[in-house]
Amino acid sequence: MADTLTARVWREQPQRYRMIGNKDKATGKVYFPPRQAVPGNLNPEMEEFNLSGTGEVVACTVIRVAPTPFTDLAPYGLAVIETPDGVKLTAQITDVPVEDVKIGLKVKFEFRRIFEDNDASVIYYGYKAVPM
Amino acid sequence: MAVGIIGWGADIPRNRIKLETIAAVWGADAPSYKKGLLLFEKSVPSPDQDVITLSVEASRYALLRAGIDPTLIGALYIGSESHPYAVKPSGTTVAEAIGCGHFTHCADFEFACKAGSEAMYVAHSHVKAGEMPYAMGIGADTSQGAPGDALEYSASAGAAAFIFGTDKVVATVDHTVSWMSDTPDFWRREHEHYPQHAGRFTGEPAYFRTTLGAANALMENSGMKPEDFAYCVFHQPNGKFPQRAAKMMGFDIDSPQFKVGWLTPWLGNTYSGASPLGLSAILDVAKPGDKIFMVSYGSGAGSDGFVFTVTDEIENVRNNAPFTRPQLDDDKHYLSYGEYAKYRRKIRKNS
Repeated sequence: MADTLTARVWREQPQRYRMIGNKDKATGKVYFPPRQAVPGNLNPEMEEFNLSGTGEVVACTVIRVAPTPFTDLAPYGLAVIETPDGVKLTAQITDVPVEDVKIGLKVKFEFRRIFEDNDASVIYYGYKAVPM
Repeated sequence: MAVGIIGWGADIPRNRIKLETIAAVWGADAPSYKKGLLLFEKSVPSPDQDVITLSVEASRYALLRAGIDPTLIGALYIGSESHPYAVKPSGTTVAEAIGCGHFTHCADFEFACKAGSEAMYVAHSHVKAGEMPYAMGIGADTSQGAPGDALEYSASAGAAAFIFGTDKVVATVDHTVSWMSDTPDFWRREHEHYPQHAGRFTGEPAYFRTTLGAANALMENSGMKPEDFAYCVFHQPNGKFPQRAAKMMGFDIDSPQFKVGWLTPWLGNTYSGASPLGLSAILDVAKPGDKIFMVSYGSGAGSDGFVFTVTDEIENVRNNAPFTRPQLDDDKHYLSYGEYAKYRRKIRKNS
C-alpha cells in the first residue's frame, strides 16, 4: 500500500506541489487535476496551466471524526474551493478555527504536510487552504 | 560585476505560546526569565508545518521578489537542524515545489544555528565564481527544546530564503568572513530527540567569543565602523545575547540600527532561521545606500559574517511579497501548553 501510494504521489507532484492543471486550447476551460480527455473530446489539444493560488469556499464541512492519518488534526475544515481560474477543488482548510470555516471565506493555498503513515514512513506534501 | 541578493522571503507560523504559559507548567518564575533572557513569546509550527513547508513558502516569496525563472536556479541549499528526514534531502522537495527543474545542485546543510547563513554563504560563492546565474540559500528550523529545559522557552519556528544573482541586485554582498573553533557548547547526538547544552558555557567562550571573532574581523576587513551601518543583525538565541554582542561592537541597541532585525523576544529562537529572518526584516524596510552588518552563530562553533549594501532596485521588488514583521505581529493564534505539546509531538502515544 505504502509503495503504491509513494509512486502515485510522486507522479502527481506537479499538481500536488505546484497546483499545475491544464487548459483546453479550443474552449479555454481549465482542468485540475489535469485531464487528457475532456467531455465531448477524447483528443483535445491541452496546455499546462498553473492555478492562481487563491480561491473562495463554495461548500464546506467540519471533520470531527477523522480517518487514521488525519486523526490528530481533528477537528478541521474540508472545503470545495473555487479558484479565479474557474476550477473547483477539494482541500483541507488549516490554521483557522473550525467555526470560521464558512462559505465565502477567501483563501490562499500554502504548501503543507498532508499525511504520513507513521513516524517511519514517507511524508506526503501538497496544498492546503488558509484564510487570506 | 555586483553579486548579491536579488530576492528574499520569510515565513513564520501563526501559532504562538507565551513564556508564562510554559513557565506555569514547570513552576518557573516567568518574570525572571523574561527579564533575564528578554523572551516574551515564541512561534510554534502547526502539525502540518515543518522545515520543508516553511522553506517552500519563504522561497516562493523570494521568487516573487526576484522575478526570475526558477529553472535557472543552479543551487538550492537549506540550512537546518530539524530536517524532517534523517536520510532524504529537504532541498529536493523544496526545489520541486518551487519549480527548479532537475539541473539544480541541492544539499541540506547542518551547523547548529548557522546552517542558514552557511547556505547563503555557499550560494553567494557559486554565483560570484560565475558557475551559475542564480543560487538560493535558506535558513529554516522547527527548533527542538526539551520539555522543562531553558531551551523550551526559546525554541521556535520560521524560515527565510535568499536568492543570489548578478542582475537586479537589491543588496550587494561587499564582504564575507567565517570564524570557527571546536567548541562543544550545544549538540544533539544521533537518535536523540532534543539537543543538550553546556549551560553558561554557551555564553562567553562560545557565542560571544565566536560572534565577536567574526564581527571584529568583518569590521577590520571592510574598514568600516559601527556608525557606517544603518542596520546590524546577530544570531539571537534569546533577546539578551544579541543585544549584548551589538553593544560590545559599538552599535546603538536603542535605535532602529539594532531593533529592526531583533525579532527573538517575540519570535523565539528560530535556530538556523534566526539571523536570516532578522536580515529579511531589515530588507523589508532598508533604503538604497544602507549598509547592513550581519553575523550568524552556530554552536560547535562558528559564525558567518556579511556586509551588504542596499541598492535602488530594492524599491522595485520590496512590495512583491509579504513582509516579515507583520507575520510576527499580526494574525497570531495563542496555544495552551497542551495544544503546544500535541503540535510539537511531545506526547507519547501507542499508535
